[in-house]
Parts: sequence; C-alpha cells; structure tokens
Amino acid sequence: MASITLDKLAHSYLPNPQTDADFALKELDYKWEDGGAYALLGPSGCGKTTLLNIISGLLVPSKGHIRFDGQDVTHLQPEERNIAQVFQFPVIYDTMTVRQNLAFPLLNRHVPQDEITRRVNDMIEVLDLADKADRRARGLTADEKQKISLGRGLVRYDVNAILFDEPLTVIDPHMKWQLRTKLKDLHRQLGHTMIYVTHDQTEALTFADRVVVMYEGEVVQIGTPEELFNEPAHTFVGYFIGSPGMNVIPCEISGKTARVGDIQIGLSGGYAVTGAKTELGIRPEFVSLSSDSSGHPVQIEAVENIGRFKIVRASLQGHAINALLKENEEVPADPTLSFEAGRINVYENSHLVRPGA
Amino acid sequence: MDKPYNNKAWFLVIPVFLLVALSAIIPIMTVINYSFQDTFGNNQFFWAGTEWFQDVLHSDRFWNALGRNLVFSMIILSIEIPLGIAIALTMPKKGIWVPVCLVLMALPLLIPWNVVGTIWQIFGRADIGLLGHTIEQLGFEYNYASNVFDAWVTIILMDVWHWTSLVVLLCYAGLVSIPEAYYQAAKIDGASRWSVFRYIQLPKIRGVLIIAFLLRFMDSFMIYTEPFVLTGGGPGNSTTFMSIDLVKQAIGQFDLGPAAAMSLVYQLIVLTICYVFFTVMSNVGVDKPDARVED
Amino acid sequence: MLELKNVSKKVGRDLHIDDVTMTLEKGSVNILLGPTLSGKTSLMRLMAGLDRPTSGEIVMNGTNVVGMPVQKRNVAMVYQQFINYPAMTVYENIASPMRVAGVDGATIDRRVREAADLMKLSPYLDRTPLNLSGGQQQRTALARALVKDAELVLLDEPLANLDYKLREELRVELPKIFAETGAIFVYATTEPQEALLLGGRTATLSQGRVTQFDRTIDVYNSPSDLLTAQTFSDPPMNILPVTKTGADFVFDASRIEVPAAIAGLGDGDYKIGVRPHHMSLHQPQGKSMKLDCTISTTEITGSESFIHLQSRGVHMVALMHGVHRVEIGDAISAYLDQENLFVFDRNENLVFAPGLNGQG
Repeated sequence: MASITLDKLAHSYLPNPQTDADFALKELDYKWEDGGAYALLGPSGCGKTTLLNIISGLLVPSKGHIRFDGQDVTHLQPEERNIAQVFQFPVIYDTMTVRQNLAFPLLNRHVPQDEITRRVNDMIEVLDLADKADRRARGLTADEKQKISLGRGLVRYDVNAILFDEPLTVIDPHMKWQLRTKLKDLHRQLGHTMIYVTHDQTEALTFADRVVVMYEGEVVQIGTPEELFNEPAHTFVGYFIGSPGMNVIPCEISGKTARVGDIQIGLSGGYAVTGAKTELGIRPEFVSLSSDSSGHPVQIEAVENIGRFKIVRASLQGHAINALLKENEEVPADPTLSFEAGRINVYENSHLVRPGA
Repeated sequence: MDKPYNNKAWFLVIPVFLLVALSAIIPIMTVINYSFQDTFGNNQFFWAGTEWFQDVLHSDRFWNALGRNLVFSMIILSIEIPLGIAIALTMPKKGIWVPVCLVLMALPLLIPWNVVGTIWQIFGRADIGLLGHTIEQLGFEYNYASNVFDAWVTIILMDVWHWTSLVVLLCYAGLVSIPEAYYQAAKIDGASRWSVFRYIQLPKIRGVLIIAFLLRFMDSFMIYTEPFVLTGGGPGNSTTFMSIDLVKQAIGQFDLGPAAAMSLVYQLIVLTICYVFFTVMSNVGVDKPDARVED
Repeated sequence: MLELKNVSKKVGRDLHIDDVTMTLEKGSVNILLGPTLSGKTSLMRLMAGLDRPTSGEIVMNGTNVVGMPVQKRNVAMVYQQFINYPAMTVYENIASPMRVAGVDGATIDRRVREAADLMKLSPYLDRTPLNLSGGQQQRTALARALVKDAELVLLDEPLANLDYKLREELRVELPKIFAETGAIFVYATTEPQEALLLGGRTATLSQGRVTQFDRTIDVYNSPSDLLTAQTFSDPPMNILPVTKTGADFVFDASRIEVPAAIAGLGDGDYKIGVRPHHMSLHQPQGKSMKLDCTISTTEITGSESFIHLQSRGVHMVALMHGVHRVEIGDAISAYLDQENLFVFDRNENLVFAPGLNGQG
C-alpha cells in the first residue's frame, strides 16, 4: 500500500501542445493518502480515464511526475508498479477454476505454496465464493467474474493501489449495490489504497471518502461527498452532483445583495465586485415555495411527482429554477419563492467565491 | 423459435437444393449403386452384395494406403498447427505492417494445387532445381523420384508451405479479437509470456483452432494432387495415398465396384474422425454454463 | 387500441409471459415496470409481432393481429442499445422509415426537421451517428421511431445506457414528446422513478405476470399486493412481518398502534410495509414504531443517502435527504411512521395503504 503523489501532472495526446485546450488532462497537483478510497467522477471525455492510465502506467504523462510513496514511477511499466486493476468488463482466465484464478498472481510471484493456499482460501471466504471455488470461472455470472478480477488484486497484500475502471458497467442493476457494498466492506477490512473511476455519482459518492470531480480535463473539485453537496467549488459540480442539480442563475452582486432581473436577494455575506460573470447557485432543496408576499413572484411551469418528492419547474425573472416539495405538499396559490440565505453560493466565472470580511 | 408464419421461405431454398442434388446427392447415390454391383461394360450390372466391401476391407493395399494417409495427416497437423500458431503470435497486431503480413501470408493460398506440385517438382530436382541442387551441393543424397524418405519430405514440405498460412490467418483472426484488457490484467498479475499464451491466448483461439484443425485434417487426409504431380504415387507405392489408389482403381483399372466401395469406406472414415475430433475438442475444458433464463 | 387477451408465451418449458390481459388506449403512455428478466422485453416482442404468443389473442383496432408479420403492423421500436445506420447521416437515419414507405421528398424534409427540432438534433443533421454522443445517438433512434407515424411505439429501456444526467434531461422531455403524437406508447423500464416521471399508466411485471395495471400514481399509492409494492419502489419497500394483537402490530419487542381506519382487523399475522423515505433515524412527531438496528452500509447519491439497516434478520433501507455518514456496524434506532404504513395480509394482498384515506 502506498500514497500516490501527482506532481504538476498534465497530459496531452498532441505532440506539441500549445494552449490549455490541447491538454486532455490539465496541470494537477495532489496527494492520494495511503489507504484512502478515492473516486474520479465526471462525464465521458472529462479526462478521468487519461488520469487512471497515467497512474496505472499505460500512459506516460507529457508533463510532471507521479510518485508512489515518494518514489518516482513516472516511467515504470504497469507490471513494475505493483498495482492491481479491475476493468469495465470482467477479465478472468476462462480455463482456470475460481481458486486457480485467485492463486495465479501469487504463483507468478513465487509465493510459497502453503501461503498461497491460505491467502486464496481467505479471499474465497471474503468474496463469498466458497460454493463456487472449484468451478471453472467461465460459467459464472458477470458479478461473480468481476469479484474474481477484484480478488486477484486483493490477494496480493502488498499492492500499492487497486484501480477500478467503471467496474459495475456490465453488472445487473439489482446486483450493483451488493457489489458496491462488498467493495466498501473490503476497503474497510483490508485498507488498500483504492481509486475508482466512474461517471455515476452514486457509485462515486458511496465508495469514496474523497471524490475528485473532473470536467473538460480539469479537476474542478476534490472533496468529501458533504462538501460536494454543500459547497460545490464549480457550477459544474453543482449541476452534476444531486438530482435535480443545483440551480445556477446569472446575477449582479453588490455587497450583500444579488440582483436577478428586478428582484434583490439577500446574501449571508458581502462580496467584492470584480466585473467577472457572476452567478448564484442554490440547490432545489433550499428553495421553498409559499404564498408569503415577502417572497419573490414566480411562474410555475410544471410539477413532476416522483413519489418521495415533487420537482417544481418554475421561472424566476425568465430564468429556469427548480424547487422541491415534499410528497404531500401542493403548490400554494399565488406562489412566491424564497431562498435559505446561508445556502446560496456565489460563482465568478463558474468558480466558487467566498464572502469577504 | 416459432417464426414461420408462411412457407414461402422454402421456395428460396430450392435453387440451393437443386445445386446440391446435382453436385452431391446424385453422385453419391450413383457411387452407392456401383458399390453393390459388378459390371463388365455395356452398362450391364450384376448384383454383388457386400462383396466389394469385403474385398476392400481384406486387401493389404487398402490398409497400407490408409496407414500412409494417417501418418501423413498426423505429421502435417503436428507441424502446421504449432507453426501456424507460432507465426500468428509473431505477427504485428496493428500498424502499417499488418496488411503487408496478411498479403504475404495469403499468397501461397492463392496458388492452385497442381501449380504448387509443379513448382516443387522442379524446385526439388537435383539438376535444374534450386532446392535439389543446393542439397546435393551440401553433400547430401537427395532424389525424391527414387528415395522414399526424400519423396515424403518433399510432399510434406509442399503441404506445409502451401497450407500453414491458412492456420496462421485463422489464429491471427482469433488473436486480434482478444481485448487489450486481458493483456493488461495479465501483466498486472505478473504472468509470464508462456502463461499469457497458455491461459489467455490459447483458450480464446480455441474455436478457430478447432476449425483450422478440421480443415487441415480433411484436406491432408484427401491429399491427391501433390504426390500425383510429384511422383505419381511412387517411388514404388510409397506415396500412394488412398485418393491416388482410388483413382488408379477406378480410372486406371476401371474397377468401378471396388473403387465405389472403397470411396464409401474412405468417406466414412473422414466423417467419423472429424466427428470425434470435433466432439472431443469442443468439450475439452468446458463446464456446462448455468441454465439461466434469458429475457 | 391494442388489446391483449390472455396472452401467454412459453419457450421450451419456461413460461416467459403468463396470462396477460391488458388494453392500451390510443394516445396513451403505458409503462412496463419490473426488474430484469421479469418479461418486459418478451411482452414487447409479442406486441410488436416479433414473436407469436403460445396462446391468447392480440387485437389491434378490432383485428386479431396474431400471425401478422411485423412489417405489416406499423410498429416502431427503440432499444436499449443505440441502433442507427452507421454509414448514414443523422438526417438520413431519421428519414429512412419514410423513404422505405415512399413518402415524397418535401414531406420527408419537413418531418425530419420537425423531429430533429423536438429532439434537439438540428445542429447534428449532417453528422454520422459515430460522431455523436450516446445521448444524441439515442435521440436519433427516438426521432426515427417518431417520424414513422406508427400506431404503436415500443421503447425498451431507451435511457438505460445513458449517463444519468442525460437520462434526467430526457426523462423530462419525453412525456412532452409523447403527448404531441397520437400513438400508443409502451415504455419498459426497471426504474420506478422513471415510471412516475412519465405518468400515464403502469403495468408492474413480475416473472412474466402483470401484477397490476392502472394509472401510474394509483399503482404507486395503492399497490394491490406486496409484489407490486416491492416492484414499484426503489430501493424496495421495507417489509416487516408483524402480529396484530389487540390494538397493536407487534414485531419482536417493538410495537405500533394499528391505524384507526383498520382498527377492526382480526388478530393474526400481517406484513407491514414502509417506503425507505418514510423510515427515519429521528423520532417523528406522530405515532411510530421504534426498531433497534445495526447499520450495514450507506450509499450516497449526492443529494440523498440510503442507509441499509439490519433488525433481527430483516434488511431495511432508510432514505435520508442530504449526505449522511454513519459508521458501519453502529447500533441505531430507526422509526416507522404510522401515517405512512402499508398493511398486507397473510396472502400478501393489500389491506391498507396510507394514500387510500388521505389525499390519494
């Protein structure tokens, strides 16, 4: 197990990258702690697979270094890095039994036979595969196969890190949460450094202690699930995390008030005016509807009942805004909107700014 | 599946049916007919019962030819299959060399049998052939027309040169279809080159390998043109394989009855061996998959 | 109008569709909701005419269409995989069914542009599908299905392969698009939320059987039996086996007062159900049942957390708003709110649903 340091890391698939836009992965400095569970989250094409390939050694970055426990591994081959990887599609050795599959990486490393037997038996126990241990791997279901590919990594106690590349893609929906739970459980039991790449927010937030959100080659936020929900550092994070995502409304800021069209919204602190593009971000959870005349007048476009709550699609000064209602609440007559002041975030050029003193 | 809402589809099969009838069914019926009768020309036939079959099965000539065939096929398979796999493994998987390699590999396959025979017949001659001359110069006795061993070596070389490409191409197709993730995973597991071959490549190309095996077996078991062109079955009877013997008997001696009986036995042997090969090889290392209901 | 009358489908010895009877009105949106392998695809294939039922009748506008080949049925289908013609542009892909039908060029052009507009594909009409994102590819397939002017449009989990943010957007757009055409829509999904967003009518499927077919919101609010309730709840509804003794339902050491509306119920064994979002880790205001649980895991979707609990061998899920981190293995008290209790009898039929006497 090891900590992983990304030192001014950047990558471009072009031979001579000139501008920022040429980089598939923009410059990044970060340290992944030993034994942590991390997720790389973002839509397709955001650079998360590029970063994963750099960590696993399939790709040499154009700039910067990567270190495992301080040792520079930038130019080492995947097999020299002592990592394990679980791919999108389960990779198993068809002709071997489950037991032989799990023993394979140990055999290759000349671990003594009794040690192999012991570890493989432990792993079969941990993965709940005891009743299939001597079956050929070929006939197993997708989730069982994926467990085996994970097991081949876990069985090596000394791996520096285990990398997951969208490992639940081919798993039946009702099996997904079981496997997710298993993963989390294994992380707690064995304490490996794990890095999980996905475009699914539930998978990322459930699995990871810290989530790295990527957007267009840039890391826009690294934080705990709570931080991503409460204080998205970028409007993209606000939109991407949460369902429905955060409302983002263009506004003008002066001191402790924001102006949206004709209305004034009070903020919890004062902001310095810089003239950049400013926006308000507020989650639908903190937008409430009432007939209170102190609120802001609003047009209701649609109400969607999704069972446990209702999504109200409304228009505030011509800007689309979503609010949530509890399942037994109705839209009040002559509705007005109000915001929970402490929950309003302010964005300049899409990046979060904090109130000044 | 229960799809046929009407029977029009059968009309589409009629041309193929007619073609197969003309090219296979009718000739086979004729052969079966001959095999139970005797003739002295003039289209007069006499019922002979199973006499010809008994004759064939009791003749040394038949068993010798069969033995030669089996030995030949075994040698051919044991050279061409491993060699084919080995060449396929060394071929590049991507890049500009791929089409070049593929065309080079396909070249021998494009040459007709009799041309291959003639090429090697000349190639191997000690007086004017490059191969024959070179071997003589190196101080070895080499004459495929008089030496049994030399004749066999030459025919095997011809076949290997002509047909290994087929095995290569089939294996190559199987190899390039293996996803990159398998190789990465194997690297990560610390697998040796041999392990990668044994546990990833070989299982993944098993399907095409079975096909290559069957094709090469059937083809080599029915070998005719090469020995015919090279030595006509000699020296002596040393390269008289069953097909050559059959032709000698049917056309040379005009013994239609025995020849028909022999060709039926011949066909039966090919079918049986293919069936056994196929069943055995398809079932090696296969567990019954879980019976799962598909939606 | 499409009617299925006692339709069954057997493949080998497996019963894929078990005696389904349902009527789909013109201009309606019908949702087939059920887990994988519950028979959604099989049922759609029967409706489309791709398969022939083993028994029963399929009647389209008064004519029995069993045995009629699919080409003659005026059906459009969209699959989970994005199926387009890779060599054609988006424009040609959308136009293809009309070209086959021999529609004149001007009409084709008009209808393609309308459909592209609706699906927000106008900027991409000259591209080929391989140069589009998954969402755009699937919208192309949807547009093609819509321009066909089919009487019956079958959509088999059309959003399942998309990123969830895109899914979120299309889910909102689709009902509007459905409303604009007059076809019968049949939409298969595994996700209860999708069914609720699309509205219309929902048939819940389980092992080839339609367990209930009614207005979507009614099926959700008062599922006729436990199986339907389980199917129409994500994560599945929490079920506790209880015994009614006197005025209380009793589960081990925990008890809750029987709702007033069914106070006259006979004593005996029942099952009570509570949706995950009605299960709370804080004591609610009204009457509730307190359960001692241990936390087995948590899942976080971003704005919500699922907390998986174990209480004396019963697995339950509580859905909490916001992000909650709790330690796995901790002991905790969970509360079932009396106001939101579903009650099922020994045969798993619904006895009482909270929506029945409420606003429903």
